[in-house]
Formats: sequence, structure tokens, C-alpha cells
Amino acid sequence: MSAVHLQNVSFAYERNAPLLQVGELLIEEGERVFLHGPSGSGKTTLLGIVAGVLRATTGSVRVLGKDLSHMSPAARDRHRGAEMGYIFQSFNLIPYLSVRENIALPCHVHARRMKRITASTLDGEVARIAERLDIEEFLHRPVTKLSTGQQQRVAIARAVIGAPRLVIADEPTSSLDRDRQENFLRLLIEVCNEARATLIFVSHDNSLMSRFERHISVSEINRANATQVHSC
Amino acid sequence: MLVLLRLAFASLKSRAVTTSLTVFSIALSVLLLVGVDRIRQGTQEGFSGTLSQTDLVVGARGGSLPLLLYSVFHIGTASNDISYASYEHFRDHPAVQWTIPFSMGDSHRGYRVVATDDNFYEHYRYHRDHSIAFTDGTRPEGIFEAAIGSEVAQRLGYHVGSKMVLSHGLETVSLLKHADKPFTVVGVLAHTATPVDRTIYITLYGDEAMHIDWQDGTPPAPGEEIPASKIRKEDLHIKDVSAFLVRTRSRVDTLLLQREINTYRNEPLTAIIPALTLQELWSMLGYADVALSLVSGAVLIVGLLAMLIALYTALNERRKEVAVLRAIGFHARQIFILFVMESALISAVGTALGLAAAYVLLWALRSSVEAQFGIPLAMVGISSRVSIYICVVVLAGALLGCVPAIRAYRNGLIDGLNAQ
Repeated sequence: MSAVHLQNVSFAYERNAPLLQVGELLIEEGERVFLHGPSGSGKTTLLGIVAGVLRATTGSVRVLGKDLSHMSPAARDRHRGAEMGYIFQSFNLIPYLSVRENIALPCHVHARRMKRITASTLDGEVARIAERLDIEEFLHRPVTKLSTGQQQRVAIARAVIGAPRLVIADEPTSSLDRDRQENFLRLLIEVCNEARATLIFVSHDNSLMSRFERHISVSEINRANATQVHSC
Repeated sequence: MLVLLRLAFASLKSRAVTTSLTVFSIALSVLLLVGVDRIRQGTQEGFSGTLSQTDLVVGARGGSLPLLLYSVFHIGTASNDISYASYEHFRDHPAVQWTIPFSMGDSHRGYRVVATDDNFYEHYRYHRDHSIAFTDGTRPEGIFEAAIGSEVAQRLGYHVGSKMVLSHGLETVSLLKHADKPFTVVGVLAHTATPVDRTIYITLYGDEAMHIDWQDGTPPAPGEEIPASKIRKEDLHIKDVSAFLVRTRSRVDTLLLQREINTYRNEPLTAIIPALTLQELWSMLGYADVALSLVSGAVLIVGLLAMLIALYTALNERRKEVAVLRAIGFHARQIFILFVMESALISAVGTALGLAAAYVLLWALRSSVEAQFGIPLAMVGISSRVSIYICVVVLAGALLGCVPAIRAYRNGLIDGLNAQ
């Protein structure tokens, strides 16, 4: 089954000025995809549509077996929370919750993720994932006391708890130094494999590309950009 | 929902300083609102309590307000006197329990002199059931004896044994003085926070004695004065009084007697029910009440604005937080609820704190406030006005929370998941 299947999708805030036009994009379940492209190429818009934050103006958007273009905003939000893990470039954590509470939050909000935990209790699951990512010593610390690298590892933990079927990482390594980038990427790919989650990794840094089995250039698949360049 | 509530709590806790300052400012507003409300009600009660347990005030034919003003508040003068015969007629009326006669017209250094009899010390009541008490001395018995109100004693430095010369008329600097017949202070009255404090009480005989040698309102010619030492009670005949208070045996008697007095054939008289006229007078003074309410309302608005500012300034820092919550699968509406919940929590806690503080303060201060200003601060439950205030504060708080909530909601949509 496909994890993401976009057909003839376009997105525009204003008429006649589409930001994104994609003929077809198919990502199979379990794939590890490297999505790249310069800023302004439509990466952000594409991710917004896949995550269900933005609604495609036209076309069909199927993500993890659901047709997002025919779902209400609330249903799309639920779908995202229950089936997807999301990692930002930085500031991934709620500042007023502890590390443990941050990791556990998706399971509190979504019963489906709570059901899929492998340990017998939520605390046990948080401890298991924390150990896997080598962050168990920070669990009870306030988020603000963590370094960026530590915060990003906590973000992985929160993204993969409750085994979501799709993990989207949006430039998660760009605030890390080279050594930490390698380490972060290795961990992310490993835990996604263990959870059998599809991984969409977005970056403009092509040096990380080699770790991924499939590469997609957004500027190549986005026809809106091409027409825009011509019109300018 | 429970998750949202826990998030709201945690978020407020993390901004402890701003949160507690905001809670404090709201509590202060509520404290002021409730305090002003209590004082307002207390003032009204204190005012209507100037005279208690009196069913009728009787004077010469005239308006009800002037009658109340000169007989109870000692403002203005009586248009006419009542003959002592008429007074006796109603004093001995079967429907009457007691009467207190007042005779006025003299003063001492700006303070009114009121001639009355023992019934005043016996039956006069204010603030529901307080009676006249003495801090020093006894009630005046002799012709040239006087009891003075607490303010008179304090301001003029008088005490038991002080001598004073009363002036004819009400001017502070009077040309006509009863210099030949000085009065001796024999009693100082306890503080009442009513016009009683500013009054000098003498006996009806004393009033008569001062004017015994006067004829048609003019003092005796030199050489014709009758010296004080030669006046004896038995020689004095009380001719008239200015007004008198009546306590009837029952409510029905009050109305019947009022009608009887107002239609009394032998003399044109007016009887008023003081409680009603006091009410009337208070409603004329109502603008002070409105001003107090306006001020406390303004204070509340300032308190709520402080909260709005606090929530709004926190908003920019919270854009990332909103993006994270959206990524975890929170719906924009839930984020809206989170913000509104926070402001509702702040205003609810602030209101509760303000109420608690108000009642603690009232409880602590009520006896001294009542003694000092004559404002009885009843420890009653939350009045309907206060409960309206509470609802308004909490509702306004929640509504104000909508302003940053709408911003967050919009930002949430615009930023999508990508606020950096």
C-alpha cells in the first residue's frame, strides 16, 4: 500500500498564483525518502498538504489510506496526530512540560497511539524509547535545560512513540553541527525502521542524501515553480 | 479536554510571575468592586439608620423633607412650632407607645442646641437598636444642665463641668447671647456616627428658662432680666415644641395615627414616616453611589486590560508552541480553547482571591469602620450585585482570552507546521 499518493494536486492561496502543482507523487509504505530543493521550491507547501494542515485546492491527496481532500480540518488534524510524527528544525518541544511529558503527549491526545505502545505502561514506553535514544537521564529535566542536539533527540522520541506510520522530519539537522547530524540521522533511520514507519526527510543539505534509498527533488516535481519563473 | 486543562495549568505555571501579577491585578479589581459595593450598602444602611424604631416624625404643617432635615439632621429650621397642648394630646393617645419632643432654635459655637426630655435617653434608637449612651456623666436634670455629643466634646474640648453660653439663633457668631444664663455640661454622649454627635442636649425647661424674660423674640431690656438663680422648674410652663418623634403600638396604628395627625383640626400638623423619607433623601444623593460604581468599574477594566496585555505579549513566544501542538494533532479549535481556558482560569482565580481578600478585610475592619464612620459593614453573603460582578469578571476574562486566541488560531493556520 502507498503511504502518500498525490495526483494532479495544486495549491494556491490566490487564484492564478499556484504555489504547488504536482502531477503525481507516490511514496510506498516503509520507504525512506529524501526530499530536497532550494527554499521557495514548495517544500513547505508540499509538507503542509501531506500533513493535512493545508488543503489542496484541486486534486486527490491520499495519505495512509485516507483521502485528505475530502476530510474536515478536524479529521485531518486527528489523522495527523494519530498516524504521523513530525520533527521541526528546532523548537520541537513544549517549553513548560518536562522531557517525559513532551514525549508522552501524543499518546495522551490520541488513543490509537496509546494502543500501539509495546511496553505495558506509558511510562515504560517512554523509558524504553528514551533508553534507545540515549536520553533517559534527561527525562525529568525541564526542556529548557537541554542542548539543541538533546532537544532534537527528544523530538525523535516524541515523533515515534505509539508507532506512527509516517514520520516527517522537516530540516531536523540544520541546527546541528556535522558530527551530531550524522549521529541524529543514524538514530532517526534506525528507530523508523524498528517502528516500520515511512520516513520523509526534508533537507537542502545534499550531503545527507546517501543514507536514503530514494531522492525526490521538489523543484523537479513542482510545475508551478517553473511556470512562475517564466512569468517573472 | 482534560489534556487541554493540564496544558493550560502547566503553561500558566511556567509563566508564574506574569500569571501571578495578572491574577493579583484582577484580584485587586474584584476586591475594590466588592469593597465599594459593601461600603455603598453600608453607607445606605448607616444613613437610613440615622433614626430607628421611630414610626412617625411630627412637625408643623410643611414639607416632609424639611421636617426630616430639621428634626433628625438638624439642617434648616422649623417653619412653625407645635403647641404643647397638641403634643400632649398625641403623647397621651392610646395608639402611642412613646414620644420624644424636640425644641430647637438655639446654638453654641455652630452646634445646635436641642431641648428634649428623658424619653430621648430612654427610647431614641439609631442603627437598628443602638441607644444613647454616656461616656461620662449623666443625663441633664437641672434647668441649666446640658449633655453634649461626642464631636462637640472633642472639637470644643468640653468635659463634664464645662460652662457654656448659648446663643439665640443658629449663626456661629451670634449677636444675641444668653450670657446671663450659662449652662453646665453634666454628660458627654458616646459616639454614634449620627447627627447626635454634633448636638447639645438640654431639658425642655432649660429652653424655656433661657427665654423666660424674652418677649416676642426680643431679649429683655436692660434691668428687666430675670436672673438664673431665681428661676425654678415649677414656674416654667412649656409652651411649644418644634417637632416630636412617635413610636406607635403597631404598624396599623402608625398609618391610622399619621392620617389622624395630618387631619388634626386644632392645629395644622404634618406626620411623616421617617424610613420612607430617608429613602427618598438617599435616592437624591444617589449620584455619589453612581460615581463610586463608575470608579470601581474603571478599575476592573484596567485589571482586565492588564490581563489582555500579559496574554498578548506571551503570544509571540508561543507561536512555536502552537505549531508543535498542531503537529501533534491538536485542532485549531482546541488551541483556541486552550488560550481561552488560560484567561478564564486567571480571571476565575483572581476573582476568588479578590472575594476572599474582600471578606477577610471586611471582617477585620468592620468594627473600627462602624465606630469611626458609622458605616455598618454587614457580613452578608454575596449580594446580587456582587454575583453579577463575579460573572462579568470571569466572562470578560474568558472573552478577552479570545483576542489572543483568535491571533493564535490565525497564526496556526498561516504558519502551518512551519513556524521557526
